[in-house]
Amino acid sequence: MWLETQRSFRATVTGVDDAIAPQAHSAHGTLAQRVAVYRNTVQQSLIDVLASAFPAVQRIVGVRFFSALARDFVRSHLPDVPQLSVYGVKFPDFIATHKRLSDLQYLADVARLEWARGESYFAADAAPLDPAGLAAIAPERLASVIFTLHPATRLVVSPHAIHRVWMVNQPDVVDVPAIDLGIAERVILTRPHYAVMVRLIAPADAAFVAALNRKLSLGAAAGEALSVDPAFNLQAVLQDHFIHGTFSTVQTE
Amino acid sequence: MNASATFSLKQSPIPAAAGIGLRLQHLNEIASQADDAPPVASWLEIHSETFLNAGGPRLVMLQEVRKRHPISCHGVGLSLGSAQGLDPAHLKRLAKLFDRVKPALLSEHLAWSVVDGAYLNDLLPLPYNDEMLAVVSANVSRAQDFFGQQLLVENPSSYLSFNASTMPEWDFLARLVQNTGCGLLLDVNNVYVSAANNAFSAEDYLASVPWDVVGEIHLAGHSIEVEGDDRVLVDTHSTYVCDPVWGLYRDVIARIGARPTLIEWDMDIPALSELQHEATRAQAVMDARQPQDQACVA
Repeated sequence: MWLETQRSFRATVTGVDDAIAPQAHSAHGTLAQRVAVYRNTVQQSLIDVLASAFPAVQRIVGVRFFSALARDFVRSHLPDVPQLSVYGVKFPDFIATHKRLSDLQYLADVARLEWARGESYFAADAAPLDPAGLAAIAPERLASVIFTLHPATRLVVSPHAIHRVWMVNQPDVVDVPAIDLGIAERVILTRPHYAVMVRLIAPADAAFVAALNRKLSLGAAAGEALSVDPAFNLQAVLQDHFIHGTFSTVQTE
Repeated sequence: MNASATFSLKQSPIPAAAGIGLRLQHLNEIASQADDAPPVASWLEIHSETFLNAGGPRLVMLQEVRKRHPISCHGVGLSLGSAQGLDPAHLKRLAKLFDRVKPALLSEHLAWSVVDGAYLNDLLPLPYNDEMLAVVSANVSRAQDFFGQQLLVENPSSYLSFNASTMPEWDFLARLVQNTGCGLLLDVNNVYVSAANNAFSAEDYLASVPWDVVGEIHLAGHSIEVEGDDRVLVDTHSTYVCDPVWGLYRDVIARIGARPTLIEWDMDIPALSELQHEATRAQAVMDARQPQDQACVA
């Protein structure tokens, strides 16, 4: 039955055994060699997809280690849709639980940052919120408005210095400075126009954005931010978010 | 071209001329050109699955490119050989893209890449027998019904043969055309590669193809892997079209006249000008055959 043959073929190209061998032949040379062409294409092409989605992770662990890591991932996590721009969403968790990476606690969060950047790049288009529209809202009702995050907005919060690690692992950086990895960092990614912007934000600001993402009102989100930092300056923070296109719409209750 | 009772190619604004496979490496360059700049080729082909994202710069650039170039959508993930049928969600994703791009041609491969919901990212081979013909015919018909457009089905490059095969690939394709009314995308390099790897004659293959439904031709370069005394041709799309494939292409064009002909290059991608140069070579072959006829395929 063809379905069973497909399953054998899948096992063959994602593993090391030639389960398909009894059902196929090659005109010359060995069948194992021919099967290897398919196996190599399947595994290497998906490794290459991961390498282009996680370039900083690859640079940190090195091309050879990354390739072995990615091969392990590919064998256990095949894509579930034929759309490679969404392949790798589970790679950060895979890194987080990988035995040989337990020394690199920050690596999974760097991977999450890279994945968030890809998601932001491919997210749906929407015009960033025009703050001029807020002027029409009566001041006493401002606290109850609800902002909708732009489809391309992502927030990555880490106990590690992931933004610095990511920055110094860009392709053009030659001299990598020493980094204190133990500094917690929060990164917001937005796409106001064509390019994804990656910014470090303060703890209270991150709490603010996270609260808005949970559909809390502006007043309630500001309250959460103030509980993190009493010096939270709502007006200044909003200005920044308007410039960077964090929001797409605002609803008044 | 020859009309037939059971199938005919739809009117297509893709000209019977040389086109180029649009790759991400060249997308920004082409999208940034002025609206009145000459097109980089008579037409361009995209891999549909590269543009399925919800939004972002990639789709914006594609819309820019579309203004000056007819677009053909070439699928790599529909998995026409899947025993479990086509994935309805993937059909919908593709239909959404086609709605944006309004492609002049749709094509897919005589291959499979999905089983039990897992996508293997390669064009995997299938046996040529009645069971398989029923599977592929049902899937091709489903896709054509869903998209409301004819599909061109491309002959694969292959490295092994199944013991369960009972007919040659060209017979399988001819019967698939009869069953579904699909057209063919004839990849001349794939014929050459598969013939060398599976010990059949490329000339026999080309003599038996149902010519009247060939709506597009692909040309690409391949690599040669030598292991011991065996020689495997691998369809890498990583280099120039080789001389024997140009020879087969000349024979094909001499026989059927000009067809939309695509230069494909997917690895070690060179400058756009190199691809344009390859397209010029293909165009020269067509011009030498039919210097008076630059009309659209009808």
